[in-house]
Amino acid sequence: MSAVLPTGAAAPPVRPEYERPLAPWTGTAVERPLPWATRLWSQGWLRKGLILAVLALLWELLARWQDNDLLLPTFGATAQALAQGIASGELVGKTAISLSVLLKGYAAGVGLAFALTTLAVSTRIGRDLLGTLTSMFNPLPAIALLPLALLWFGLGQGSLVFVLIHSVLWPLALNTYAGFQGVPETLRMAGRNYGLTGLRYVLQILVPAALPAILSGLKIGWAFAWRTLIAAELVFGASSGRGGLGWYIFQNRNELYTDRVFAGLALVVLIGLAVESLGFATLERVTVRRWGQQR
Amino acid sequence: MTTATATAALRTAPPFASVAASAAAAVPVAAAGPAPLLQVEGVSLEYRTPERVVRATHRVSFDVHAAERFVLLGPSGCGKSTLLKAVAGFIPPVEGEVRLDGRAVRGPGPDRIVVFQEFDQLPPWKTVKQNVMFPLLASRSLGRREAEARALHWLDRVGLAKFADVHPHQLSGGMKQRVAIARALAMQPRVLLMDEPFAALDALTRRRMQEELLALWDEVRFTLLFVTHSIEEALVVGSRIALLSPHPGRMRAEINSHAFDLASLGSDAFQATAQRIHRLLFEHEGATQ
Repeated sequence: MSAVLPTGAAAPPVRPEYERPLAPWTGTAVERPLPWATRLWSQGWLRKGLILAVLALLWELLARWQDNDLLLPTFGATAQALAQGIASGELVGKTAISLSVLLKGYAAGVGLAFALTTLAVSTRIGRDLLGTLTSMFNPLPAIALLPLALLWFGLGQGSLVFVLIHSVLWPLALNTYAGFQGVPETLRMAGRNYGLTGLRYVLQILVPAALPAILSGLKIGWAFAWRTLIAAELVFGASSGRGGLGWYIFQNRNELYTDRVFAGLALVVLIGLAVESLGFATLERVTVRRWGQQR
Repeated sequence: MTTATATAALRTAPPFASVAASAAAAVPVAAAGPAPLLQVEGVSLEYRTPERVVRATHRVSFDVHAAERFVLLGPSGCGKSTLLKAVAGFIPPVEGEVRLDGRAVRGPGPDRIVVFQEFDQLPPWKTVKQNVMFPLLASRSLGRREAEARALHWLDRVGLAKFADVHPHQLSGGMKQRVAIARALAMQPRVLLMDEPFAALDALTRRRMQEELLALWDEVRFTLLFVTHSIEEALVVGSRIALLSPHPGRMRAEINSHAFDLASLGSDAFQATAQRIHRLLFEHEGATQ
């Protein structure tokens, strides 16, 4: 060691050893509670609610300063229109129509995506099929298929469900497959070690292990589906005389009820927020977060 | 340590002691000995890279008897982990055969449970208890109620009864390996396969885990096939050590180590055997390079 020391440096002194008996710990408590303000601020809903309140305030101020109800109604007027729409049952009915179509398309898309990815993890030709189809159809906007869908399925729910499936299937299949591929080799071998094969293997090992990716795919798919639906309804909402939210927005724009247009848009946003923070956030909390797969 | 030294005498019993020895049904030791539980006969293994086929092991043969602690020891590249995976049934041999109880191994199965080195072998979505129950339920060997009782029993054995309802990400590395060992032993496999199970642990934890594994073996007398690259660990954990040479893996020697345990670390005989193993493993490098 002395060779490593710079020349002229003295060898370190040899110091006495010591041992000391440890008395039982009697000092302050090892754990102590956080102050209430810190605990309150760590609540996600409070922070997000604050952001929403600030945005609403900015909107109100901007609208008042701009002072033109036709272009930008105030937050208050929009809230009032929303409340009226809900009270009269008109918005509720429209939302119910939109949501029922949405859920049909979403469920069908999720089912197809699962079938396609299961095929892709079990066979090589399935993998090639998924890869080719997603790279072909994922960049294709669902709305671009609407004229074709109208031709094939007519002016009913069928065409809407078709474009919804298209908008959900590819991003979800892509995410799910990426998730399946990211499952650690050790975990796969452990599953096979216990005799799991086929669908049981996919359901008991791959799906839970890939759940973070699957959940993000479900979220993206949900957002795509919602977007596609509203846009499709704006183009041709009055499917067999029963239009959804998009039709409501379109109709009121034509009649220059801008506050109702905003109310419809606000409802789209609110439903999105609710699904995200109640549905997906809850799902994440009881699964991937609890399992430590996601922070 | 007192229990460890008291049971050291037991551990030095000949490796023929049957699994049933704990059930007081001692099998008389014949001169030729009983047939080996696990036979690896002339096994060559290859793996494929995009450019070439690489031979990992070449005509490796060894026998493992019931209640033996058989260690595969060798430098990296000797194919010891690949060999263990072949015994587990994940990799089919290109020649030769792996036989368990005289029957050829055709694929992975719950009669050969593997404890891996990586901590992610525990599904993170299952609690500790569910993890131990998982193979019992997946292989349909027990009903839910019995599986739960057995899982709790084994968690108690490895000292994790308190953590039964905790998810794996809240455990330390050593605790995760304990869960994996409990999970493997709860299955009561014919052979327990361990692939460098303590390599990712810190030195102090590793030593405790070796001690606990030996204590468990003293109680249960399971058959163990253990892969390691540490000479010291091989001598402590194993009752018989197979030395493999690298590129491709071939059998170099089989050495008895049933006389050593953690208490004999540093003793002259231990040092001498370690030196001998070191010489057997590395003398070729000097000759060829």
